[in-house]
Order: sequence, then C-alpha cells, then structure tokens
Amino acid sequence: MNWLTTENTGSCAALNDIPEVGYAEFYDDLARRLADARYHVAHYFALPSGDRLRFFCLLLDDREGKVLLASHALAYYEETALHPALTALHPALHPFERDIAERYGVRFDNMPWPKPLRFPFDRCDRAGTMDNYPFYTMKGGSLHEVNVGPIHAGVIEPGAFRFICNGEQVLHLEIALGYQHRGVEHLFGTTDNRLRQACLSETVAGDSAVAHATAFAEAIEKLTQCERHAQLERERTVALELERMAMQIADTGALCMDVGYQLGQVACEALRTMTINTTQAWCGNRFGKGLVRPHGTDHPLTPEKARMIRDNVREIARRYDEVRRDIKSSPTLLARFEQCGIVPRDEMLRIGGVGQAARASGVARDIRVSHPWASFAKCLHHESIVKSQGDVMARLTVRCREVLQSAGHIDRLLELYEQKYASGPSPCPAPDYTAALAPSSLSFGLIEGWRGETCHVIITDAEGRIAAARIKDPSLHNWLALALAVRGEGISDFPICNKSFNLSYCGHDL
Amino acid sequence: MLFSKIRVLRSHGKQYIPDLDAVELTSEFRGRPVLTDTRDHADLERAAALCPTGAIATAPFTLDLGRCIFCGECARRAPANIRFTNDYRIGSPTREGLIMRPGQERVEFDPAAVRPEIRSCFGKALQLRQVSAGGDASVEMELGATGNVNFDFGRFGVGFTASPRHADGVVVSGPVTANMAEALDICYEAVAEPKIVVACGTDACSGGLLAGSRALDRSFFERRKVDLWLPGAPTHPMIFIDGIRTLLGQKKRE
Repeated sequence: MNWLTTENTGSCAALNDIPEVGYAEFYDDLARRLADARYHVAHYFALPSGDRLRFFCLLLDDREGKVLLASHALAYYEETALHPALTALHPALHPFERDIAERYGVRFDNMPWPKPLRFPFDRCDRAGTMDNYPFYTMKGGSLHEVNVGPIHAGVIEPGAFRFICNGEQVLHLEIALGYQHRGVEHLFGTTDNRLRQACLSETVAGDSAVAHATAFAEAIEKLTQCERHAQLERERTVALELERMAMQIADTGALCMDVGYQLGQVACEALRTMTINTTQAWCGNRFGKGLVRPHGTDHPLTPEKARMIRDNVREIARRYDEVRRDIKSSPTLLARFEQCGIVPRDEMLRIGGVGQAARASGVARDIRVSHPWASFAKCLHHESIVKSQGDVMARLTVRCREVLQSAGHIDRLLELYEQKYASGPSPCPAPDYTAALAPSSLSFGLIEGWRGETCHVIITDAEGRIAAARIKDPSLHNWLALALAVRGEGISDFPICNKSFNLSYCGHDL
Repeated sequence: MLFSKIRVLRSHGKQYIPDLDAVELTSEFRGRPVLTDTRDHADLERAAALCPTGAIATAPFTLDLGRCIFCGECARRAPANIRFTNDYRIGSPTREGLIMRPGQERVEFDPAAVRPEIRSCFGKALQLRQVSAGGDASVEMELGATGNVNFDFGRFGVGFTASPRHADGVVVSGPVTANMAEALDICYEAVAEPKIVVACGTDACSGGLLAGSRALDRSFFERRKVDLWLPGAPTHPMIFIDGIRTLLGQKKRE
C-alpha cells in the first residue's frame, strides 16, 4: 500500500497528497505492519468532509525515523458498511477506534471492547452518559466490587475506577474517564485568534503545558513554513526538559508519600518547588504557561537568566541524586516498589504503551531518539533510558535517571547559549500570531513530553483557517497499562501503581 | 543506609517559609495588573482584540481578572495602559470585585461582603474538600502545594480533607464540565452547614479559555453562593493562602 512518507522535521502535507485507499487494503496493510514492533500508530482519527467521513492515520516507523500518512473514507450515511475492527488484532488501536465510534457512530465489526471513551458533548449516542458507563462485571460468591471516584481522596482530577476483587486481590480494574471532557479540540476551530489557540494547547494538560504548547507550535510552524532560529529551538527544549525534571521529581515524592516515606516526600517537594520556581523566574509562570509560542518567544533568555537556570538545575540534580541513592539503599522502600505492578514487555507492546512507562517495560519508544525534532535533531544527542522489569521500581528508576539526564541536556543547551550570546540577550524574535497557514493541509507536531509522545494534528481548510485539531496525550495509551499493572496485586498497592504512571485525566478527556 | 538519609537531610535544610505574609514573588510573576487610561485607545483596542479570553473592555476601560489568564500579551501590546505587578493579593469575596479599573491600587476585599458566620465558625480552622471539575491539573497541583513543606498552610489550621462530611466547604477548580456537574453538586450537598464555596482559578471563575464550550455546565455557580473568587491560571499557592486568610479575617488587605 502507498503511504505518504514524511519526517518529523519535514513540512505539512497537502490533503490531496495523502493517499486514500479502500478500507480492506488499509486494514490488511496496517495489520501487517503493526505486527512488527518497529511500527506504532501516533494518531488515527476521522473527520467529516462534505458528505463523507475521512479517516487519517499517522503511522510511526521507529527504525527509519519516518512518519507515514494514509487515509480511507466512508460515505457518511452508509450504515451497511461494517468495518472489521483493527483492535481485535492490535489492542493498541482501541482508543482510536472507540473515539471514532463514539463521535460518529461508525460501527466496527468484531470490536472486542466496544465501550465509550470520554462521553464528548458531540457524541453520536446521546443516551449514553457518565452515569450508565457499562462496567465489566463478574459473578461469584467470593468476589466484590470496589468503586473509587469520580472524586478521589486527594486533590487531583476526577475519574472512576471500578475494581473487581477476590478478597484483597484485584482481578480486574476498569477505568471510566470522561469527567474532564471540556471540548478543547472543538474550540481550536472556533477562533482565528492564534494566541487563543496557543493558550488552549497549554491547557490540554496543565502539568504538560510546555509539551503540548511545543507540539502545537511545531504543527503551526510546519504550516507556515517560516525559518526558525536554532536558539528558539534550544530555549523550547530547555523549557521542556525543565518540565520533565519538575514532574519526575514530583512523582518521586508522590511515590515516597504513598509508602509513608516522609523524608523522600518532603525532599522531593522542596526540589520540585525549586524547579518550578526556576521556570517562574524565567517566564513568570510555575508551569511554563506563556513560555512557548509559535515562531518566537516573549521570554528570550538573558545571560543572567541562563546563569540562574544553570546554577539551579545543577543544585537540583545534585540534591535529587542524593534522594535517588537514599531510595535505592532503603530495603523497606524496595520491598514495596520491586515486583509490584508489573507490565511485561509483550503486554506493553500489545496495548501500545508509550513514554517513560513503556521504557520501564523494555519498550524503547522515545520520540527524542526515533523521530528527533528541533534541538534533538541537531545539537543534542539523546539516549533513551530503558529498564526491562516493568514494575513500579523500574518506572521510578527511569524517572530518576531522566531527571539527571534532563539536567545534563539543559546544562549543555545553556552552555551553547553562553558561548554564542554571552554578551547580550538571545536573538529569539517575538511570537507571530498572524503568519498565514498553508490551506487544505494536514500538519502534525510530534514531541516527547515527560509522560511520552504528545501529538497535535491540525487540519486547515481551503482558506488556511484551522478546521480541526486532533490532540493525543500519551495518557490515551497508558491508562490501559495501569489497569493491567494492578491485576493480581493487592488493592492496597493501587496507589503506588497509580503514582508510578501518573497519567493525565484532562489530557485523555480533552 | 543511615548515612544516605543524613545526607538528604543536610542538603534539604529548612524549607518552610517563616512568614507567609511577607512573601514577595519574583518580579517576573504576573499578578494584579495596574491600568492607566490614555486618550488614544489604539494600542488598547489591539490588545483587547488579541486577548484570548476577552477579559479587556475598552469603553469604559476595565480588565476582568475573573477571565484573565495572565498571559501578559496585552501588557506588551499596550504598555502605556496595562502593566502587571507581582502582587498576588487578588482574591475577592465578590465576582464584581475582580473587575479592575484604571487607577485602582489593589483588588478590594470588603469585609462586609463576607458572611459573618464564616469568621465566627472557621476563623481558627478550616477543612476543605477540593473538587476538580475540568481543571487542567495545574490548579490542583498548586492547591496541593499550599500544604507542602515550603508553604505549610496547615500551620494556620487550613487543609484539605478527603470526605465532604469532614469538610467546611468546597473548593472548585476547572470550568465545570457537564460530565462532572452532578458529582460536584452531590459533593456540595454532602458538606454540612455552614459551608463555604471557593472558586479557584480563572477557569472556575468564568470558564476562562473554555468559556462558551458546549461541554460545560456552569449552573452550579448560579445556584450556589460563592464566598471567595480566586483568579489565576493556575492560582499560585500564595493567591490561595492570601485569599483564604483574608476571608477568615486573619489578615487585612490594605
């Protein structure tokens, strides 16, 4: 089958250039390719186009570093056409096919898990609501169900967890999401205000504001095809790696808290404060909101700020390394973290896990390595940290080592800045909210945020306006990994399994 | 094993902020804006047109903090009219109090607008149930940070509790999604009287960037009295701490 082959550093694709094939051919080809671990689907979605529904697929080839684009179409009211579900062969596709079915009423034949995904406001079947989510049930005198949520005990986002337990042991966990659905994707198409769209991308998931804003800016810049200053790319990468450090440190602290290890908890709380205060001293916002904008920045580095960030990051890395060594040498912590919540490699591959959770299960998926963009394609050499055990400890270890690795990247990028612009401010231009977008095109931003691969797809209409945005947070894949991780574990281990993933509710619900 | 802990402790040192009322945030922080009216509104009109949430009105000139997400773009377009200060004391007992006018030197906090039972019942201790209803996790993390080792809001008897039955009020974050509206209502009903409601974050105050989305159901705010409005995207822990302490009468805004 013919795919349009492009790269993460390439430009946008005209909608007419994206091959359109019959579903049978698409199904056979994709099913065959996905049997090889070098391929995985970055995004697969449907869009109404006239009286048809056109399905676009972004397939990533990790070995060659390519992005493959293809599409198929369906007459909108063609009720008789039942498409065989790819999920039946490759469970990794379940969130995409469920989303398409939920929004547009497309029926996939032989779908093994035909469940609602997020109850969007524009869903096809209005009879389905949050209250009647069809939870999986099991019968048996020795079984009981535990429901948690949507409001959780802590100060976090809502989502409903339904456990089926045999005594203390979890047999099955089902996670019902959608409480956070705000209709973000839809809002991108309702405005021409590019600043508003950039701000919307930051609010897709507030703890990944830099990651989503970078993915959005990447997608926009592919559509305007303007040259981008290398220093701008380096500054965005510094911001992204600062965000990664802050969140991996926060989760280290959260894991310590959940096993009652107060020293690790408070030390990490203080270090996270220091990290996000560094971001705040740079751009005025602790989460980096406002830092990443299309074509430029409002907060170019100055020699003083670069020095401040470098000094702080070094100190954070030094102190965090002490915490890391302490955790590793505490048997009572290891007893809780090791051999708990295991997701084996083959399972992680089948469900299409991404990001640091996948890397902890031996699946070396990392956009920074496989599809490098901006600085990762130029001045930075990144090597993924991969562990094979797939347990809570492995996920924690990946986090720990990524903090130190990110600190190294930041130091290198700021060293480059100091070498080039030691005497003056950074040459980054101000943002541009008016640059014209290529009409009738598809563009994507694909980056590795702290949770994993983050993908923004933007489709423009004939006038060059944003007609639709399709956003994928890595949580979309990884929620299922959490459900599998707790199988067979005691229910009291759920909190540490949950924290070891720390997935986004709003990033999933959009 | 022991040495590694001593090493962590030594580097950790003392982290808590001794005097929360004396905190001054970095000059980069965008808090309360100062507005200046000018004869020529051309820059201001451009800033208002660009504002991602429509927070700026030009005739008469006002800036609604309940809608503002503090992106700071207007201050770059109209520097003669709008300047952001690092003042985090921007909570208000009334929604109207968040609307800033030219010449205003602070966000007013009228003690008369606070129900008297709030100070008599909760002046010395306040336990809150937080409900995220479409919050993007940043406000939630900042609320969590109010109790952390740095801010330690618990020293004033204020904290978050798991059960609404144990709570004196509800802190709502997020624009309130339709899918979460019922759960929020049930939670509010489960809190015993007297109780307070805090709208935390610009999303909660007005819908923020999400205002107008068909996925929202903001009727909660029409049916319930909100006692404290806290803008911010997200609300910095100091905005929350200052707002609650001023509401409880533990400090005055002047």
